[in-house]
Amino acid sequence: MDFRTVAELVELAETEGLSISEVMIQKEMETFAKSRADVFSQMEKNLDVMEKAVHKGLKGIHSHSGLSGGDAAKIRRHMEEAPVLLSGKAVLDTVSRATAVSETNAAMGTVVATPTAGACGILPGCLFSAAERLNSDRETMVRALFVSGAIGYCIANNAFISGAAGGCQAEVGSATAMTAAAMVEMAGGTPSMSANAVAIALKNMLGLVCDPVAGLVEAPCVKRNAMGGAIAMVAADMAMAGVTSVIPPDEVIGAMYQIGQNMPNSLKETALGGLAATPTGRALERKIFGQPNNE
Amino acid sequence: MKYRSVFDIIGPVMIGPSSSHTAGAARIGRAARLLFGRQPQRVGITLYGSFAKTYRGHGTDIAIVGGLLNFDTDDERIVRSLDLAKEAGMNVTFIESDERREHPNTARLFLEDEKGSLEVTGVSIGGGKMEIVELNGFELKLSGTAPALLVTHHDRYGAIAKVATVLADHRINVGYMQVSRKEKGSEALMIIETDQTVSDTAEQAIAQLPEVTGVTVM
Repeated sequence: MDFRTVAELVELAETEGLSISEVMIQKEMETFAKSRADVFSQMEKNLDVMEKAVHKGLKGIHSHSGLSGGDAAKIRRHMEEAPVLLSGKAVLDTVSRATAVSETNAAMGTVVATPTAGACGILPGCLFSAAERLNSDRETMVRALFVSGAIGYCIANNAFISGAAGGCQAEVGSATAMTAAAMVEMAGGTPSMSANAVAIALKNMLGLVCDPVAGLVEAPCVKRNAMGGAIAMVAADMAMAGVTSVIPPDEVIGAMYQIGQNMPNSLKETALGGLAATPTGRALERKIFGQPNNE
Repeated sequence: MKYRSVFDIIGPVMIGPSSSHTAGAARIGRAARLLFGRQPQRVGITLYGSFAKTYRGHGTDIAIVGGLLNFDTDDERIVRSLDLAKEAGMNVTFIESDERREHPNTARLFLEDEKGSLEVTGVSIGGGKMEIVELNGFELKLSGTAPALLVTHHDRYGAIAKVATVLADHRINVGYMQVSRKEKGSEALMIIETDQTVSDTAEQAIAQLPEVTGVTVM
């Protein structure tokens, strides 16, 4: 049970008649000589941590810097009270939960890096929102984490998953693609539908720069997690509708890698460019640290 | 393959805010402490690239120090680690370097007490994963995910075979092995990742080999 690319993963799943989550579970068992129960329960613990982070964030939490916090609760209230919602309840439910986890992270709460802490809101945000609508049991939810992990494994080993290495496309982009694939399996889609969801989601994140204000994983990161959640859900629905990606997922991952390589350092988590370098970004940096990190 | 486990991707469970700057950094600190074998009294931490630019807001400083205090990535004490280090009598200095390193998230740690010193360079490669890339001037690649044995020894024929024999006698399988030396015939270092944990008796048997000058089990 071994794969390195999304194409190999899908082929393995299809020829063996397995789901993507099952391929990942079996690969993990084989690589580390662990029992199914061990592998499964370790992932279940991650799910528990995620759930707590969602709840903590929805109650309203603020970071030490003051750059982020309270938006998850705000979105939630709007979702419940507004007479008209422009994007719809499902989207806002996802977005509020994704924001909640990211705000928890910014406030130095406990989170699961999925694949990183800067992008940790997207997967749990979508997962707990979708599970409610789909009436998913705990096992299905844990399996969704394995699907995400399988896609992230392909991205991490063929490109990168950190903003410092490849920009935010590598971070929030990867998380969005991983999550889209997981949502498809949760909703009963096929492995190849999951692969298409990966490509559709990641294509819409290509070129995304990592430009944290004052160098902190807060602005624009929290809102990018929110929107990543929305993109993941829509990409999953598109794939479930039978929409396919013109460019295969592995080539999209390859393109993401190339774009990241070509990206200047100022846009890779150094806080030297992008939103971090705007007048407001610099002013906030001075306010938080007294003197700028980069002057 | 840089990432081998699904839990490298979905995980670690950690205190925010950044997996590269916080979790990976904590793991570099903890690995350095493990390699040093005890809590150091003085530590000089040189930060490069993105670490140097954004460590204060990301808590890279508190994370590395938390690691040096032997805290895991999800230990809530990380938030107070600078104070805890002071209380524990550990003196820490941070140096921001403009020098360009191969990886943007690189930290060099110099650990010291009256018994000795150690220099460790680690890189945080993303998602909370780290690699130790330099140890006392030796280049190496150590992920900390598998049990590992570090053996310093004189660069002489038979040294590697003797260590391998001890491992075989203790039914320990080698998953990955790397040998590096500063120059021919001088001091050398074996890095051995094993499938099984290295027992105390195996460690002692290796330490007693005539060519061996030091053994660390990670």
